[in-house]
Amino acid sequence: MTGYDLLFLLPLVIVAGTVLLVMSSIALRRRHLLVALMSDAGFLAALIANLALLAADDGSHQVTALLIVDRSSLIFGALILFAGLIVTLLSYDYLKRRDERREEYYLLLLLAAAGALVLAGAAHFASFFLGLELLSVSLFAMIAYLRTRPDALEAGVKYLVLAGASSAFMLFGVALIYAQTGRLDFSALFMMRASPWLIAGLALLVTAVGFKLALAPFHWWTPDIYQGAPAPVTAFMATASKAAMVAALLRIAAPAGLDQQPRLWYALAAMSVISMFLGNLLALRQNSVKRLLAYSSIAHLGYVLVALLVGGTAGSQAATFYLIAYTVTMLAAFGVVSVMSAGETEADALETYRGLFWRRPFVAAVMTASLLSLAGIPLTAGFVAKFYLVAAGVRDAQWALVLVLIAASVIGLFYYLRVIWTMLSASDPAPAALPALSLIGGTVLAALVVALLWLGLYPAPILRLIGRVSGL
Amino acid sequence: MSFRLISLIIFSPAAFAVALLFVRREKEELLRRIALGGSLLTFVLSLPLYWLYRPTLESVESLWLRETSLHWIEAWGVRYAVGVDGISLFLVLLTTFLTPLCVLASWRYIKDRVKAYLISFLLLEAAMLGTFCALDLFLFYVFWEAMLVPMYLIIGVWGGPRRIYAAVKFFIYTMVGSVLMLAAILVTYFSLPESSRTFDLFQWYRMAIAPELQVWCFLAFALAFAIKVPMWPFHTWLPDAHVEAPTAGSVILAGVLLKMGTYGFVRFAMPLFPEAALKFAPLFAGLAVIGIVYGALVSLAQKDVKKLVAYSSVSHLGFVMLGLFAFNLQGSSGAVLQMVNHGLSTGALFLLVGVLYERRHTRMIADFGGLARVMPAFSAIFMIVALSSIGLPGTNGFIGEFLVLLGAFERWLPLTVVAATGVILAACYMLWMVQRVFFGAVTHEENKALPDLNLREWAYLLPIVVLIFWIGIFPNTFLGKMGPSLDHWLTQIKPAAVALLHGVAR
Repeated sequence: MTGYDLLFLLPLVIVAGTVLLVMSSIALRRRHLLVALMSDAGFLAALIANLALLAADDGSHQVTALLIVDRSSLIFGALILFAGLIVTLLSYDYLKRRDERREEYYLLLLLAAAGALVLAGAAHFASFFLGLELLSVSLFAMIAYLRTRPDALEAGVKYLVLAGASSAFMLFGVALIYAQTGRLDFSALFMMRASPWLIAGLALLVTAVGFKLALAPFHWWTPDIYQGAPAPVTAFMATASKAAMVAALLRIAAPAGLDQQPRLWYALAAMSVISMFLGNLLALRQNSVKRLLAYSSIAHLGYVLVALLVGGTAGSQAATFYLIAYTVTMLAAFGVVSVMSAGETEADALETYRGLFWRRPFVAAVMTASLLSLAGIPLTAGFVAKFYLVAAGVRDAQWALVLVLIAASVIGLFYYLRVIWTMLSASDPAPAALPALSLIGGTVLAALVVALLWLGLYPAPILRLIGRVSGL
Repeated sequence: MSFRLISLIIFSPAAFAVALLFVRREKEELLRRIALGGSLLTFVLSLPLYWLYRPTLESVESLWLRETSLHWIEAWGVRYAVGVDGISLFLVLLTTFLTPLCVLASWRYIKDRVKAYLISFLLLEAAMLGTFCALDLFLFYVFWEAMLVPMYLIIGVWGGPRRIYAAVKFFIYTMVGSVLMLAAILVTYFSLPESSRTFDLFQWYRMAIAPELQVWCFLAFALAFAIKVPMWPFHTWLPDAHVEAPTAGSVILAGVLLKMGTYGFVRFAMPLFPEAALKFAPLFAGLAVIGIVYGALVSLAQKDVKKLVAYSSVSHLGFVMLGLFAFNLQGSSGAVLQMVNHGLSTGALFLLVGVLYERRHTRMIADFGGLARVMPAFSAIFMIVALSSIGLPGTNGFIGEFLVLLGAFERWLPLTVVAATGVILAACYMLWMVQRVFFGAVTHEENKALPDLNLREWAYLLPIVVLIFWIGIFPNTFLGKMGPSLDHWLTQIKPAAVALLHGVAR
């Protein structure tokens, strides 16, 4: 590895450097604001470096056998860093209202982002595992960060056990694949003729990926953990962690394409269809906003899988755009939950949102915009994303998947509309006081809503950027 | 057209909606005035379109008033392209005409959350205008869907007791059709040769789509539009939405939103997939006639005036569909005129029902009787509008229904005979209702002191009455401008199908 190679890893290096800086600063003196500022500066610098790389170069650079820096990894990297930046701001706003030792939280967040970056750039099962573990372990601590809250602890332990189990599955799968191919880089994966052992290895790998992406039938942990975790952590889990995994999945499937492995294709198709239906159906009767969004995210990852199944350039581009739109939207939705959460409680119950339109019009408008975006209504990012997906499906004549996607989206409308309606209806009993909207919270939400509408109204620049991502 | 008048018309209500955001919500009177001013300005801006639009039969180019289109999403060949022809021109004018009247009608009716209401209303107007003017399928779809949200809010927040049920039903019904239409749009898009993939409507008109593809795409489009029209049996959302919606919401729903469906057939479903349209013509003509008779019969049984008017819409829109599927000039110009007529007459009926409701907070026929003695001016206007709605000669309704029946007679003789009974039934339900509400003795004590129309109510009713007679007496003001476009429309549908048509006729 040369210094020139290191240049391509600059975003990762900056994040890692920030980790060290934050750690030493905490050792000297605990100051919440300073630590938050440092982490944010780190994320911002890394994001700028990432965007500069994106603007400067088109090629693909293999940096050691482990990592690859190309357009796709840079786009997903930017997405992860953007999510990190937003979540840091939301977390500062959120933790300020709580009595905790707050500083280490940022350390964990930076580590998780570094893990996600490695995962997004992984070209080798070693780095894949490394990134995944770094991400999972940091997330586990972040989920349980509010130690005094039993549900947060419960969620943390659940995540730890399940993530550990899924890692074990994955390692075993990788071992089986290695036994068959003798190599650990992704490109070797599809070079072999399918033998039963290879299939078994792939199946175990799919299990682990399915767990991370919360795809049915590996989704059971999602609602509990989304609900138990602090809102900003949920936001990070729902966005950056998923984006990193989708990036890795795109890369694993890249060399050959999924249709080379029909059995794998059908397994993933089944997962996608079940996720779309199950996620949307189970969300229908939720009275907890966080659980509702958790089920919604299950369905959305099912949609993303449709793009992966379609394959080809169109498929991977559609998946990439979908993840961008989904990240911005989910950040906005969980951002609302986060700024609405006062003191010890989380703004989780749907009832908290009753009549929000007439009490906090701006926050309610942001929530409405993000829900409409999740529902795929025009003028929002979600519409363009869904349009792209359906277009990719239609182009490839995947009628069954397209029809399921359409049917599932219509089911989804019911619960999105229900939340919007709750925010619109009058609150009969005198409602509990809402926390004041801080300047940071307001700015973040405003920025996210602008991004969400911009992606919906004028997606051309982003599409041009994605247009140069190489296909599956 | 180099000057972007059409864009200006589309976006000026949206601009006013944004302006309202910056007014404090306590200043209700100011908010209402700004909204009224904004919608009036839009109307004034849209009037020149009538004179600017000069179609000639010689050149196809003159049939359209178009703006130069702009790139929007280049990667997909999506453009921002807007324009009007002789069909959309009148629907645009109808929209800009009805909106200020609706703002006036909501002046006292909407008492709380005035700001949000007016913003929704203006955004709704912008989306409706965009839908009528869009000449790019993607743009059309965006406007088409964007319309849903403000309408959902108007029904869901300011509606009656079962407003949530009605609003969600409205949203879901429309959405089911729309997403299937989206899939059909994409299927057609990808059937284009790779180099020239675009959502440009005129490109789509020019290309020949394989017949078997046409069938599926036509059905998907037709479902989306048939739900919106609404054609029997997809009409069940309509009475709910109407009964629960506030007066102005009902006016816009009946006056403009339902026309989206019929307009969709005229602009997209039929000319894009002519062979499929002809193939399914008996089905759609049949459904239209069922709708006419069914709507009329159900109206006859209603106890609630507003519900009666809502079901009568199903019947009236059946005439429009029948006229379109006659595939001749009389039928289609009758249909397009009837779209405008229905917007005026039914819109006015909803406004009048709103006037009653504001005074008595009931809409039950049984709660009234002998109103003609108490509110003579109101009763007179109600009579005029009711008669225009059932197509009395001299009013707009007569011209539209007559042309539709004339056109349909040539093509669907037995069906037209059945449809004509709808006219008789319409007279029955409407006149019977009028008789029970307005004539006889004043049976209810509360009705004895009802005030007659006030100035504001005159202001929003009179323009419609004037137009009702104007169209009835000088229909050529309207027919003249739409004729060439419809002629062209028929040539779009016919060539592919002329043989088929005549084969059937002989």
